[in-house]
Amino acid sequence: MARIFFDHISTSPLDPRVFEAMRPYFLEVYGNPSSHIHDQGQAALKAVDAARAEVASLLNAGPGEIVFTSGATESNNLAVKGAAEAAGRKGGHIVVSDVEHFSVLNALIPLRNRGVEVTTVPVDSDGKVDPGDVAGAIRSDTMLVSVMQANSEIGTIQPVAEIGRIARERGVLFHTDATASAGHIPLDVRTIGADLVTLSAHNFYGPKGAGALFVREGVALVSQIDGGFQERGFRAGTENVPGIVGMGAAAGIAKREMGEWDFRLRRLGKRLWEGIAASVDHLHFTGHPSDRLPGHVSFWVEYAEGESLLLFLNVNGIMAASGSACSSNLRGHDEEDLVASPVLRAIGVPSDICTGSITFSLGKGNTEAEVDEVVSVLPGIVKRLWEMSPTYLDYQKQKAQGGA
Amino acid sequence: MAGGPYTAKVMDHFMNPRNVGEIENADGVGEVGNPACGDMMRLYLKVEEGKIVDAKFRTFGCGAAIASSSMLTEMIKGKTLEEARAITNQQVAEALDGLPPVKIHCSVMAEQAVKAALDDYVKKNPG
Repeated sequence: MARIFFDHISTSPLDPRVFEAMRPYFLEVYGNPSSHIHDQGQAALKAVDAARAEVASLLNAGPGEIVFTSGATESNNLAVKGAAEAAGRKGGHIVVSDVEHFSVLNALIPLRNRGVEVTTVPVDSDGKVDPGDVAGAIRSDTMLVSVMQANSEIGTIQPVAEIGRIARERGVLFHTDATASAGHIPLDVRTIGADLVTLSAHNFYGPKGAGALFVREGVALVSQIDGGFQERGFRAGTENVPGIVGMGAAAGIAKREMGEWDFRLRRLGKRLWEGIAASVDHLHFTGHPSDRLPGHVSFWVEYAEGESLLLFLNVNGIMAASGSACSSNLRGHDEEDLVASPVLRAIGVPSDICTGSITFSLGKGNTEAEVDEVVSVLPGIVKRLWEMSPTYLDYQKQKAQGGA
Repeated sequence: MAGGPYTAKVMDHFMNPRNVGEIENADGVGEVGNPACGDMMRLYLKVEEGKIVDAKFRTFGCGAAIASSSMLTEMIKGKTLEEARAITNQQVAEALDGLPPVKIHCSVMAEQAVKAALDDYVKKNPG
């Protein structure tokens, strides 16, 4: 059976060209960039610097503005905590959106405990932040505004350029988490007016364990890892040279091929969207209809539960994601670890039915035939779950009575 | 076939659930859970001469919820009312070769459903 991977928001397969670029940095070039007096260290340092230039180029940033990290979670922690701590005052205030990733929202918890106040701006039913709300939330003691470029779960792209302009006018740092969007849609730090941008390599066909934070020249951050002086003092620890080289190669490929991917994925996404809209009843699409990530189709189905949908899809060779509580943390210790997606709550999906959410996120390797396969399989899966569901039975009885 | 975090037995009962449906004029009906919590189970019992002669269910929920419902109906068929009432969620989970810790509440739902259905039977058949 063919396996169809429609879960690119969780991770993307490594591009074989990226793997080839990384290969020499495991066995042949194993030097530590900090020991660059000798040839091994020098070769590693050169490779890291070349990767830095490629990642910078993807964002229209300067190479000196890229700090390599272990991934998006670390980058978000460094951005949010590092900026708040560098502001160096008691208290202070941060503005975030209602749909940020846990690595932004949970990084705020220790800050709150130290007296930092947080304003969360809402999103509309399409998952969009109103820049006017951000402007209204900024106070005289606001240190940072953090709004993601695009949401992985519902695909909505935020008006980050407008938010960045507002933050700049008010003299407040602007951080955008571009984990889901970098390498997929244009991201120009000058146009956006961003001071801090989070990137993750494995979301654009690079390796896991490699990420970066763009730190605009002159922006001060307090390092979150104590140690040596790597990454201009922003991030201590010996560089993950193969990972960084892979991230650079992935950034270079993304910059060259993004336009082509975008064209193909938008076409495939439209085909998937139209196909399931025509074949599944009681289905509600989530996120903005047009301002969304390419190849991203998200929805929820009434009377069907998300984890059950995912299990049946997987049995049929289709791998997708769900924001449902029941599939949220199966490796947790108890049911307290099962939490419905805050993103679905934020866009006003009723909690008694938000459990049936599905996110299909396509990548550059997916095909039209795979889209058609998903469209043909999904209605049968939904029907099977409905036939087991007491809530669907009640709905049908009500409908029959109403019609009589 | 094991599926993700689940045992082969859970997946078997999820993919091929036993006794899905409803019983017309059931002698006892139990409904537990809440779709807002992610799962809900409705259990129908047919009782003859103090024994459960048929059981059917409908469940809205995750793989573990559906498998626990299915397993429970298999376990209670042919049992006396007292025997059925004594079934614990651990027995349901064990019969499925175990559930992930976060999914134990699904087996609890199955235990509660049979108790609720038996209570309903007692209410309908006083004395």
